[in-house]
Amino acid sequence: MSFPHRHELETTTLLSRHQGDEAARTLSGWLALGGYERLRTAIGMEPDEITGVVKDSGLRGRGGAGFPTGLKWSFMPKGDGRPHYLCCNADESEPGAFKDREILRWTPHLLIEGCLIAARAIGAAHVYIYIRGEFFPYTRILNRAVTEAYDDGYLGEDIMGLGWSCDLTVHNGAGAYIAGEETGLMNSLMGNRAEPWSKPPFPAQAGVFGMPTTVNNVETLATVPGIIEHGAEWYKQWGSEKSPGTKLWCCSGHLVKPGNYELALGVPLRDIIFELCGGTPSGKRVKAVIPGGSSTALLTGDELDCVTTYEGMQEAGSSLGTASPIVMDEDTDIVAAVRRIAQFYAHESCGQCVQCREGTQWIVRILERIEAGDGELRDFDTLYELCEQMTGRTICVLADSVVFPLRSSLDKFRSEFEARMTRSAVATG
Amino acid sequence: MSRQIHPAVSGAQPFQRAERDQIEGPILGTDEGRERLEMVLSRYPDRRAALLPMLGFAQEKRGWISPADMVEVAGALDLTPAYVHSVATFYTMYNKHPVGRHLVQVCTNISCHLNRGEEVLERFLAEAGTRQGEMSTDGEFTVIEAECLGACGFATVVQVNDEYFENVTPDRVPDIVEELRAR
Repeated sequence: MSFPHRHELETTTLLSRHQGDEAARTLSGWLALGGYERLRTAIGMEPDEITGVVKDSGLRGRGGAGFPTGLKWSFMPKGDGRPHYLCCNADESEPGAFKDREILRWTPHLLIEGCLIAARAIGAAHVYIYIRGEFFPYTRILNRAVTEAYDDGYLGEDIMGLGWSCDLTVHNGAGAYIAGEETGLMNSLMGNRAEPWSKPPFPAQAGVFGMPTTVNNVETLATVPGIIEHGAEWYKQWGSEKSPGTKLWCCSGHLVKPGNYELALGVPLRDIIFELCGGTPSGKRVKAVIPGGSSTALLTGDELDCVTTYEGMQEAGSSLGTASPIVMDEDTDIVAAVRRIAQFYAHESCGQCVQCREGTQWIVRILERIEAGDGELRDFDTLYELCEQMTGRTICVLADSVVFPLRSSLDKFRSEFEARMTRSAVATG
Repeated sequence: MSRQIHPAVSGAQPFQRAERDQIEGPILGTDEGRERLEMVLSRYPDRRAALLPMLGFAQEKRGWISPADMVEVAGALDLTPAYVHSVATFYTMYNKHPVGRHLVQVCTNISCHLNRGEEVLERFLAEAGTRQGEMSTDGEFTVIEAECLGACGFATVVQVNDEYFENVTPDRVPDIVEELRAR
């Protein structure tokens, strides 16, 4: 079962209400559920009015960074006469995250509707949905929905006869984590290697094809139709002042009931892991949790009494990220787990920045050595130094992304690393 | 023309298929190739943007992207072959050499690592009788380790061509391999 489990903690299913319902995938089924009526409403609104409602709702980007969506839209120039573009980031590739594929495979028309409303707000006449290449089964479903929408006049010229036109194109990625970074995504869309670029220029000034562009995550865009239908105040009834609304959670690792859950922001992390997901299958203590996808700082089993809002997770010394807790039980080898995460970033580094290209490789080699029992105490100094040199100095945050889990595990599980080193000292002594 | 596709989705056709066309000549030399190129180009303000979709088209038809395909795509899009090569080699999903009828990608990233992903990979290699990245001598399998496939709650995740297998345990691997052989 991969659609959200129903649970007792909260029953807010704004995004996931129709997940698992075959009919909702089709245009006729979607229309029967009131589909595209929110688009009709939006076409009747002034673009600034749409942006205003989304701004008032407090919706924050669901791709990991949590940037306010309405504010991002308001950066788009007005009356400049240039073509504007909307890119929907469906390159879901953060290890631990698997939420966008549920939206893509169950409610593709919800996503299309959200894209069109956003396009209307930012003055875009063309939307590109950049979907990760591996998502073949979900690309097929999305493609079918897009084709249906074109055939029946919900995409293209004069949408629903309301005098507004917008095109939408689905574009396949081909296997590159860094294509999920917004400037990497736009480079990839333009037929280049998915190398991020230094900002400025910001996407709203010169994005894809050199034109003003907004890049939004799938979940963000899928949230927009509900806000247009019910208003900003309605959306703010969930979550906190700084983190309104609901969030799709992706729970993985050592859990009895892993999977997707939609929750109002602000539920204690401990409740998600133990009440919703049933704790660990082994029944053993939770040793560590990486709460927001692999690029967030790790928390120990004693640090789970934090509130899952953007600000709450920050207070806890980590971040909400993509709300994708990866849970590790007592028996987990932390050194091996962190080594595996570092390997991923080393593999996915695009190679433009020295700190990232070389640093990720060094980290992997040192961690492999420690894992093999050949580490030395001075490796701590080297690793901490790498963390220092790799933070905030590169074009994009891939280098920072490996530092968060690495530094936090060195800080919190130093004894596990040391235990490997001691064994080596005993063996050689 | 094998099937009608809407131009809006022409740049997102699944390009890792089990069934492959027996292409011998140029990949864009067929009616379908010319038609696909036109369709894709109609969706972007710049020819270069058709590069990923057309590399995908080559792989969709041939199962891999040959050096000659890269030269041909470069010519069609006013790019240099070297540029096309640099882009094609950046992305992991483009097969730069022929692969088995079943391309098996086993995720061993963190959530799968915690759920015996490495053992699943070893088991696939043993059952297929091949080493990582190489094609089995019968041409049936290529098995590789993959980075996150985006289905972490259902670890271990395995992708075979364009299909997902979820909650794969080492014990399930022999049955999966047998079933794939029988297809």
